[in-house]
Amino acid sequence: MSLLFKGRSQGASDTRIGLLQVMGAFFVSHLRQALGSLGELWRQPAASIMTIAVLGLSITLPSTLYILVKNTEKISAGWDQASEISLFLKDSTSAASAQQLLTRLKTWPEIESVTFIPADEALKEFQYLSGLGDAIAYLESNPLPDVVLVTPNEKYATPTAARLLLEKLRNQREVDIGKLDIEWLERLYALLDIARDLVSLIGVLLFISVVLIIGNTIRLNILSQREEILVMKLVGATDAFIHRPFMYTGFWFGLLGGLLAWFAVIIILWWMDSSIQAFASLYQKEFNITGLSGNALLLMLALSVGLGLVGSLISVQRHVQEIEPK
Amino acid sequence: MIKFEQVSKTYPGGQRALSKVSFHIEPGEMAFLTGHSGAGKSTLLKLISIMERPSVGRVLINGHDLNQIKRRQIAFIRRDIGMIFQSPHLLTSKTVFDNVALPLIIEGYGRRETEKRVQAALEMVGLRDKARSLPMMLSGGEAQRVGIARAVVNKPPLLLADEPTGNLDPKLSMEIIRLFEDFNQAGVSVFVATHDLGLIARMKYRTLTLRNGQMITDGLSEDMMEGEG
Repeated sequence: MSLLFKGRSQGASDTRIGLLQVMGAFFVSHLRQALGSLGELWRQPAASIMTIAVLGLSITLPSTLYILVKNTEKISAGWDQASEISLFLKDSTSAASAQQLLTRLKTWPEIESVTFIPADEALKEFQYLSGLGDAIAYLESNPLPDVVLVTPNEKYATPTAARLLLEKLRNQREVDIGKLDIEWLERLYALLDIARDLVSLIGVLLFISVVLIIGNTIRLNILSQREEILVMKLVGATDAFIHRPFMYTGFWFGLLGGLLAWFAVIIILWWMDSSIQAFASLYQKEFNITGLSGNALLLMLALSVGLGLVGSLISVQRHVQEIEPK
Repeated sequence: MIKFEQVSKTYPGGQRALSKVSFHIEPGEMAFLTGHSGAGKSTLLKLISIMERPSVGRVLINGHDLNQIKRRQIAFIRRDIGMIFQSPHLLTSKTVFDNVALPLIIEGYGRRETEKRVQAALEMVGLRDKARSLPMMLSGGEAQRVGIARAVVNKPPLLLADEPTGNLDPKLSMEIIRLFEDFNQAGVSVFVATHDLGLIARMKYRTLTLRNGQMITDGLSEDMMEGEG
């Protein structure tokens, strides 16, 4: 009795602990509830593993698609850099005028290099490559024009910038036709845009389902602990105190699901690597698929934890409030 | 400590549980509340423990007007009220120690202080050796005493008991009331609702009587019993 009511000689008194103790106790309480929630997951392994697996796999799918899109972008960026503009010169262009054009173009900041292919050389090359050697010999005159191959520098190698450069080159008086064969690249970019949108859409739908699954799991946890919540409310627990273990459960689901997704992505990429290598070798190319960067991994874990917390928050806000002592 | 000013409570559907009830329990006072089933005892206790709000009138607990308080303040006000029920509402998955420690954990007490206080509370109710037991291993009287230990472990200035002896035999009932007297001696206000007139008759405390939601008597138990006799 003496210890329990020490300091209370007469009537009621408010005896409260100090601010430092409150802060210390706050962190201890968080730690205790965080570990307690982890312990709860451990005590129900089957249900916990199922929820973590659903969360992990739901994050794995958009993450893997994201990696594939990123790698396709990486490959296409290489192709993009190699794009060239072909300028077919007018028949009336003399050799001196063609040289003047070359000299002029070399001074343009947008251009990396220029190569002049005289009409005679172009015909010889065509004769060799086409296999029409004898037939071409019967031509009275060379139908091919002089050609200038222009390689834009890195900054002007994108389809949009290259197209602008092409327009500028077409305006040169020596140029008859200018061609930039980038339509296929533009189609690829359009497809990549669709793929990106699709990844985002799949991601959003899966993330919503993750939030709902976690919300429902937490709801069942809340209902199974209804009596405990009632008693806690009666002895003075705040809503925040009651919410916390459930929020930590969502946090652990998110973190463990995110780690599972990371592991799954590594396995998938490792599994796909040999087939991608085989495909690349057909083109005499070496290509190593790039996985998740450190930042992307952190983002994925943060997203996963965030989804876990949002699912828990929605559930506790709705269901803990409904439980009131009557 | 507890002040009711012309308090009425009507439940949805029109059932009137309390009608213009006024009384005042001073700090450090011990009092009983009695009346037949349906007289309004439980409603009155629910108003004090903020499980219900009054339809008309004012209820003041420790100076807090319960009509004015916000939802988030309820938990903090309840910490100053030790509540004891006919059924002790123990958490079956937790040990006796953990059950009693619950209010201290909620209030953020440290481990050492919690341990000391729980041991002291259990000693006070004579259950120190049962600290590691689960509630299912306890008798009815022991479970009720665990509920009492939990109610007093955080030194609440007010102890509220709703039929605390309802499930106990007369000897155990008397022991529980003696415990309440001990708490009251230590300065705690004690307000006990019971329909056990025999128990009240053995005490010399202020007794409030409800009938059909109205306060019909407010006086010392022996005077009341003489009046009834």
